[in-house]
Amino acid sequence: MFSGRICKLLGPTLVRHNHTVTLFPGDGIGPQISASVKEIFSTAEVPIEWEEHDVYPILEKNGKTRIPQPAVDSLFKNKIGLKGPMRTAIGKGHVSLNLTIRRTFGLYANVRPAKSIPGVKTPYSDEGVDCIIVRENTEGEYSGIEHTVVPGVVQSVKLITREASRNVAEYAFKYARDNNRSNVVALHKANIMNLSDGMFLDQCKEVAQKYQDIKFRDMYLDSACLKIVKDPGQFDVMVMPNLYGDILSDLTAGLIGGLGLAPSGNMGRDGLALYEAVHGTADDLVEKNKGNPTALLMSGLMMLRHMELNDHANKIEKAVLATLGERKVVTGDIGGRATNPEYTAEICRKILASS
Amino acid sequence: MLRTFVRPALSTLNCKAASSTTGFKSGTKYGGKTTVTLIPGDGVGPEIAESVTTLFKEMSVPVEFEVVDLTKYTLRDDGAFNNAITSLKRNGVGLKGVLNRAGDFRTHNVEFRGNLDTYANVVRCMSYEGIKTHHTGIDLIAIRENTEGEYSCLEHESVPGVVESLKIITREKSMRIAKFAFDYALEHNRKKVTCIHKANIMKLSDGLFKRCCAETAELYPSIEYEEQIVDNTCQQLVINPTQFDVMVMPNLYGNLVSNLGAGLVGGAGLVPSKSYGDDIAVFEPGARHTWMEMKGMYVANPVAMVLSSAFMLKHIMLHEAGDNLITAVKDVLRKRTCLTGDLGGNAKTRDMTTAILKELDSRN
Repeated sequence: MFSGRICKLLGPTLVRHNHTVTLFPGDGIGPQISASVKEIFSTAEVPIEWEEHDVYPILEKNGKTRIPQPAVDSLFKNKIGLKGPMRTAIGKGHVSLNLTIRRTFGLYANVRPAKSIPGVKTPYSDEGVDCIIVRENTEGEYSGIEHTVVPGVVQSVKLITREASRNVAEYAFKYARDNNRSNVVALHKANIMNLSDGMFLDQCKEVAQKYQDIKFRDMYLDSACLKIVKDPGQFDVMVMPNLYGDILSDLTAGLIGGLGLAPSGNMGRDGLALYEAVHGTADDLVEKNKGNPTALLMSGLMMLRHMELNDHANKIEKAVLATLGERKVVTGDIGGRATNPEYTAEICRKILASS
Repeated sequence: MLRTFVRPALSTLNCKAASSTTGFKSGTKYGGKTTVTLIPGDGVGPEIAESVTTLFKEMSVPVEFEVVDLTKYTLRDDGAFNNAITSLKRNGVGLKGVLNRAGDFRTHNVEFRGNLDTYANVVRCMSYEGIKTHHTGIDLIAIRENTEGEYSCLEHESVPGVVESLKIITREKSMRIAKFAFDYALEHNRKKVTCIHKANIMKLSDGLFKRCCAETAELYPSIEYEEQIVDNTCQQLVINPTQFDVMVMPNLYGNLVSNLGAGLVGGAGLVPSKSYGDDIAVFEPGARHTWMEMKGMYVANPVAMVLSSAFMLKHIMLHEAGDNLITAVKDVLRKRTCLTGDLGGNAKTRDMTTAILKELDSRN
């Protein structure tokens, strides 16, 4: 369970001067953008040693998928990881990779901040978006329990447990407090799904009692969708079950400029955290090395803050925002012409200039 | 064995939805006036229903409303609710506000749809001239399967602390809604139908829905067909909503997308919807919110309800009256002189009604 403040790193890696962090580069542009992140971190003199592994699940003969053991051991040892985009296997028997990773590492809460980036113009830039989605990551509609009752009738089970709902609610409120956020809203459809979403909502309400300094309210999911596209500024921290979180976090990523810019973090037991880029592998950009490392970089910054390396995080963030703001050396997906190495070099230059 | 497999397939291909050109079978008509069931609903429902009755009276529309007021009955007394259902089945057409109460195990909104089998909910989200929004040029139609899926309301607590909620998808209903969507697209000269799903995760249920849409698409070669995962759809809706034409999807995603679409074009107060069953059509505001806290204050925007009633008029073949009403509403919005709070103004419900009337008068 939780021990002490969420932001505290646990384990023997603390005693060394350099923190060891597991890195899963991924597929497609993954290795290239991972290289960019390593270069930027090293320019900013971030005290991190990277341990690279391949996390691609193996489909075993008995039908189960499992992550390669070296990758598993590494993340459990280091407790902090960064992951690039991964290709989904096509073919029978492959369970979703993300689900396999979540189950292996017990990642129960997914955190997706969405903050308007100066220099990346969207219809919502003027009013500014600054919200965080905390999504339950283990159950709900993604339990994968489905069956054909009779030919032509399919039943899909959505599983909600008190324990998982409570865990994610606890994390949402702790995150709000640790990051000076003033309110949490729980999104649900308890008017239709009284028992399941009702249980989720009850757990949120119970946890809210312990955090009197944080304002809590609940909202129907459809109301939230209506309001978030009219006036996204009213949303702060939002907590919700799995499916709603998946949909809404892509929505909020769209508000700030797309998945290519959105960071994401996954929380596991005992302080384990895996940060990742949630966009695709963009195979067509590999040849010319034109992928955008911003999402992975922003996830890396979330990771640094989790490790309490705030000064380094701020230094890098300033350089990234300045580069994006100038719009002179930016990648194709946000309207520029630069390659990944050119964009990375510009950020590094700004970091060195500010030291 | 053969019968069970052949019969459902045939019946879905022959299914007829009471869309506007397949012919409204007049349910009840006395003295030249069509009887339409009117259920004002809860919250601000009665206030916006009043706008409709006022407008119809002034326009001398040959419609007689059979009003069924459900605000006074209690959870124990289902008599009034059953009266509403009977009235709707008899008249074949209804205008309905949103209900805010829970039934025995389903909310009454869900119960209505189940009882009447109004399986196709159509919400057209169109940008209005004069309304300031983040995006312009939107004209999408969200067609939502409205009787099964996540709204089956079949839940149980297996052991204390563990709840299972069932989402049901059937081939019959999926084929039915897919056919409806393509027929609707053809009828209204739309070019593309997008199937919204999450079959990468819910392989069997949404997979079945997706297959039904793909199968139906083959029967309509003139209509472009594509599939999209729901989270990408929501992202695309806020980045570039003009790319969407007709969208067909199961119940929950339909709820989200129609509310998202409504928000994109200006809010719940502006978007009407039509719900079709085989022999019945019910018209109600598209984004279903009762706004209980503002009840009685007459500040709600009546446009959604008024546009719903205009579509109802067109459905019962009173096209001229319906079109005049729609044009009048659009003119009021375009002029921006009389807007309710949700649109940035401070007009009251009755002010908007008066403004719409003035527009109608100025044409005559």
